[in-house]
Amino acid sequence: MAKAEEYVKAERELFEETIVNNVEISPGVFLLSVKRRFDFLPGQVVKLAVDRVQPPRIYSICSGNHEQELRILFNIKEGGYLTPKLAALIPGDKVLVSQPYGGFAGSAKSAWWIATGTGIAPFYSMFQSGLADNKVLVHGASYLNQFYFEDELDWAMGKNYRRCCSREQSCDVFHGRVTDYLRTVENLPADVEYYLCGKALMVVEVRDLLISRGIPYENIIAEIYF
Amino acid sequence: MEKEALFGKTLEELQQVCVELGLPKFTANQLTDWLYKKPVSSIDEMTNLSKKARELLSEKYTFGLIDPTRVQESRDGTKKYLFPTIHGKYIETAMIPDKDRKTVCVSSQVGCKMGCLFCMTGKQGFQGQLTAGEIVNQIRSIPEWEEVSNIVYMGMGEPFDNLDEVLKSTQILTSEWGFAMSPRRITVSSIGIVPGLVRFLNESDCHLAISLHTPFHDERQKLMPVEIAYPLEEVLREIRNWDFGRQRRVSFEYIVFHGLNDTPAHVKEMARVLDGIKCRINLIRFHPIPDTPLKGTDEATLQEFKDALERKGITTTIRASRGQDIYAACGLLSTKTLMKN
Repeated sequence: MAKAEEYVKAERELFEETIVNNVEISPGVFLLSVKRRFDFLPGQVVKLAVDRVQPPRIYSICSGNHEQELRILFNIKEGGYLTPKLAALIPGDKVLVSQPYGGFAGSAKSAWWIATGTGIAPFYSMFQSGLADNKVLVHGASYLNQFYFEDELDWAMGKNYRRCCSREQSCDVFHGRVTDYLRTVENLPADVEYYLCGKALMVVEVRDLLISRGIPYENIIAEIYF
Repeated sequence: MEKEALFGKTLEELQQVCVELGLPKFTANQLTDWLYKKPVSSIDEMTNLSKKARELLSEKYTFGLIDPTRVQESRDGTKKYLFPTIHGKYIETAMIPDKDRKTVCVSSQVGCKMGCLFCMTGKQGFQGQLTAGEIVNQIRSIPEWEEVSNIVYMGMGEPFDNLDEVLKSTQILTSEWGFAMSPRRITVSSIGIVPGLVRFLNESDCHLAISLHTPFHDERQKLMPVEIAYPLEEVLREIRNWDFGRQRRVSFEYIVFHGLNDTPAHVKEMARVLDGIKCRINLIRFHPIPDTPLKGTDEATLQEFKDALERKGITTTIRASRGQDIYAACGLLSTKTLMKN
């Protein structure tokens, strides 16, 4: 008979990896790197744990599929079990990582990528994997310092990289939430795919908005941070 | 300082309260009787406790029951209760009478993080967790509480995303010192968060229901984003490995959508993915919610779908639709109240 502890121990796909780097790229937000063991599709996730006591949590990969390192973008959850421990890891420490999996995979087809906060991770992976052509990336954040990788994305994607900031203003950033921005877009294409990644409320509101604007729900794929 | 509720504490926690207040340990057993078995609602009414004990308890604690602020009654007798939470939000509870049964459908969270396309609760986003006390209160604070025969965790929220409190609530409901209900009268329904599923199977004897809705991965992830993180295949692997014994039951919830998941291909795939699992499928009519692109299937197709599943050897039932005239689909009433406030 299965036991919860056995489930954690038998996480057969958890592999011990050595931390290559762990950098705080914005207050409370870290980019953790390990050597890449497996191939993956950009947009996929891995399970991550610091021990075999607590079940692992799921994170989107935040690096290109041809890179030597596999990177994870995370923010510290106050009172959380995993993220404070992850934040304290230094190069040479060990972390447990699963094989990549999941169906939130990018493709070469035209699409809109819509994210808030660290939900940018799978799209940055797609971008780093060479899938940014024919894409519009909309990134929402509360503060201007939460547009992770913005210099790179701005330089490469130009006008197809659109930032929405709800609590601060800047001349080249839309002031408001992602949903506010999308309401200003007159012609949302109905024949492209829409990838959404972030917290539940944003995903649900954006999905409802897209559907109300004539986008078939089959063209919308959402990844929610649980 | 706000007083803490006694209602919702386990026997062990009440023993700790007694130790801290310098009361005899057996007082905890008296407390569970008053909290979970007797029709009282204040510490003052706990008459077999000394006056001093009641005063000590009242200094730091309240009894902790929360009355519903609103009730709607359907023509078919179904009632929907709206409860305020400790943090000023709202949750819904349904009481569904059926012949000699009274089933209560409780919420486990305020709002929900899971974002299923067909769910009204998801439109609120996630507002917060409920405590075990707030979960059990949904049963204890309705007028029918002494007649409740069955409990289903199918209201607002995802139970396995609040598993500590859900398990504590089922402990209170099933313990001899608590409501002393049989765990076979309680069903916890989840969309299949795998670590929570394994822990629930291990730590509870209550029945399990899994929201399935389509056996196809690509289709399911459009309906239920959880499919990306915890694919149905992984959920079923864990269930298949579990010995449910003779009494415990696993069932699969399946909302039938017109032209989407009601085809012969779905029947065939359901039979394939559920092979080897002794289970029942519960087909549910979809009652459209605002702004949804989905439509419920017609009665003839629903019946055909049921028959086709049964021909494959899968026990299948169609859930009776109840309380349609009072927005019994969970989330509608509390979302309206949330928006109004």
